[in-house]
Amino acid sequence: MRLKSSGSRAGMSLLGVLTVASLAISGCGSSSSTAANGGAGTGPCGTTADTTLTVGLFGTMGFKENGLWDAYHQVCPNITIKEDDVEQSADYWTRLKTRLASGSGLDDVQGIEIGFVADVVQNHADQFVNWNSVPNAAAIKSEFFPFKWQLASTTDGAKTVGLGTDTGPEAICYRRDLLKKAGMPSDPKTLASAWSTWNGFIDFGKQYEASATKQSGSHFVDSAASIFSTAVYQGKNAYDDDQGQPDVANSDGVKAAWGYATTAAQAKITAGLEQFSPTWNKAFSNGAFAALACPTWMMGYIQGQAGDSYAGKWEVAPVLPGGATNWGGSWLGVPTASKNKAAAIALVEWLSAKKQQVTMWTSPNQGGHFPSNSEAAADPAVSGATSAYFSNAPVGKIFGDIASQMKIPPIGLYDTQIQQALTTQLTNVETKGTSPDQAFQDALSAIKQVTG
Amino acid sequence: MTLASDTALDAPSAASGTPARRRRRSAGGLPGSRVGYVYVLPFFLVFAAFSVYPWLDTAWVSLHDVRLSTYHHQTWIGLANYRDLFTNPYFWNAFRNTFTIGVISTIPQLVMALGIAHLLNYRLRGRTFFRVAILMPYATSLAAATVIFLELFDTRLGLVNWALHLVHLPTVDWQGSKWPAQVAVSTIITWRWTGYNALIYLAGMQAIDPSLYDAAAVDGASRWRQFVHITIPGLRPTILFTIVVSTIGAAQIFGEPLLYHNGKADGGTQGQYQTLGLLMYQQGWVNDRLGLASATAWTMFVIILLAVVANLLFARWRTVRELR
Repeated sequence: MRLKSSGSRAGMSLLGVLTVASLAISGCGSSSSTAANGGAGTGPCGTTADTTLTVGLFGTMGFKENGLWDAYHQVCPNITIKEDDVEQSADYWTRLKTRLASGSGLDDVQGIEIGFVADVVQNHADQFVNWNSVPNAAAIKSEFFPFKWQLASTTDGAKTVGLGTDTGPEAICYRRDLLKKAGMPSDPKTLASAWSTWNGFIDFGKQYEASATKQSGSHFVDSAASIFSTAVYQGKNAYDDDQGQPDVANSDGVKAAWGYATTAAQAKITAGLEQFSPTWNKAFSNGAFAALACPTWMMGYIQGQAGDSYAGKWEVAPVLPGGATNWGGSWLGVPTASKNKAAAIALVEWLSAKKQQVTMWTSPNQGGHFPSNSEAAADPAVSGATSAYFSNAPVGKIFGDIASQMKIPPIGLYDTQIQQALTTQLTNVETKGTSPDQAFQDALSAIKQVTG
Repeated sequence: MTLASDTALDAPSAASGTPARRRRRSAGGLPGSRVGYVYVLPFFLVFAAFSVYPWLDTAWVSLHDVRLSTYHHQTWIGLANYRDLFTNPYFWNAFRNTFTIGVISTIPQLVMALGIAHLLNYRLRGRTFFRVAILMPYATSLAAATVIFLELFDTRLGLVNWALHLVHLPTVDWQGSKWPAQVAVSTIITWRWTGYNALIYLAGMQAIDPSLYDAAAVDGASRWRQFVHITIPGLRPTILFTIVVSTIGAAQIFGEPLLYHNGKADGGTQGQYQTLGLLMYQQGWVNDRLGLASATAWTMFVIILLAVVANLLFARWRTVRELR
């Protein structure tokens, strides 16, 4: 009997310790500040106390590189900003999702990329400060491109989860020296008319491939994905129907883009590289391709990969085959769980205001962060900007014109994964000779794995 | 079963009385016996929090339709995730890949480790240096190793294809084609783990009585015959241990194939080297389907268990057969 009772006592104490431990584990997430959503806080900095704000970002969003953290420290000396960076936006999103699910570990400010903004809007709108009810932000709403505000808002427009940072109007970036070497026209005016349609672009590519003097091992365009992921958003619909539900098989954008991309792949005008792979990165400087679809942020990527010795060899053509569209761009949101909400709101408002967005585009270190604030985009400092690296191309005018004509089809929850499945299969068409029909079926079955 | 046998054992002692009481008294009388529970408690707490709880939670989640993004909306769907899994070509593809990559990495790995350990077991100059050197790949970070191998196996600019080209052999698509890609992934695994296993074998060999070798040498047995007739039988428990550990490792291959496709979880453009671990990761963290990923996790657990039991049964069968 003694043994038995002592055994149960041991069991009780074990249970007690377990309970304490589990309380300790689950207790972390439950604390939350009750400051009113949209509270004006104290002064322009949101608080007068010494505060450290953590900002969760991915890739290179350029705030630090363009000196904005230092500039904000001048405005608000009591605020210190700490970046919490993840290189890949997909990894960042996984981490953010996990933290949203558990309600803990969130930064004071969280970057939201276009690839997952739909998920944040549909599933997590309540976990972010609603910018419609923040006095200053509601006032500056009219400054943003309407599509930018709309993408971060619920369908009824009542809730908006983030304020826009950059957008990604697209053109074509190309290697002037490689086109010249191949005996092809390389001045932007001629290219603008030759590349006004995808068919014209592909025909130009065929001539490049046929050239006797082109650099050996070089192809016209980096990948079929370059064509596909641009053209797909030129349709009335991309991956989703008008309600934002995934519908790949019946989309006009997918059908047209798949046609162009597979034509280019089968005509062998693509280098067959997977975008963002190490081989692709190296190809920016070794001349494996002459052109690629180029949203503004890609200019920064090219400079980073090709390096200073290629300055002046690259150029931006003032055209996107098939009409203006967008690739990428981000927002900044403030989780309601943030302990420094008022200060975080003040920071985001300051970052997305006209002056800072102009700075992001015009500073010498800029990585191609085109403003989503339309007043900033209209500023002469933005529209008049040229890029020394890209042969002094008038990038402000080129991308400004494209941004003003931009159309955006509905974006759904799984656009990123769906695009990945399709471009992976395009690589098979390019490098393994898979038939376009077979590749499309394979992509659809991979997409089925995502949509369930 | 255990309950029944316990009572069966207890019954006679309760009937006879005294021995049982004596046993109980002595158990209670040991001064440190209950303090012992406190000493081992931290292990059980950690084990409960980080092993048992996730394990049970995974089982629970696997019976629901759950997405990572909407984790708190869980719909009970019974065994539907498992049914999806077993009728899913991606699962069977990953299952086959896990098996083939496991075989072409584990077998050469263990054979080479055995040979290396045998060589290191002889008295030779700089023995300690070689013993440390053999462990270097294991100490290298997985990411660094994979990046280096990725460079070596690069289809366009890689050293391996360059060497093949140099000796007028056709170059190989080490990324896109199925078997070359699997061999390349297996090479990374073999490179990393051979030295580790060699050291375990070496430790096992040191426990073999050296006089056996001396006697064999006196009898004129060659080193090869010594290896076959003394080393291998003496190492049998060690070999079994490494086979079991390697089987578990092989069933969980993850990092190498992930990094081999630039951190994408699809295991190549056609899933040429997508393993079960990778598939599970893709389902949960890329495709957002936690329920399906949990079902995969549990299926993997059962597969590993079966593989280990099969290994043990095979070893026992061998022993029994030899004793006859």
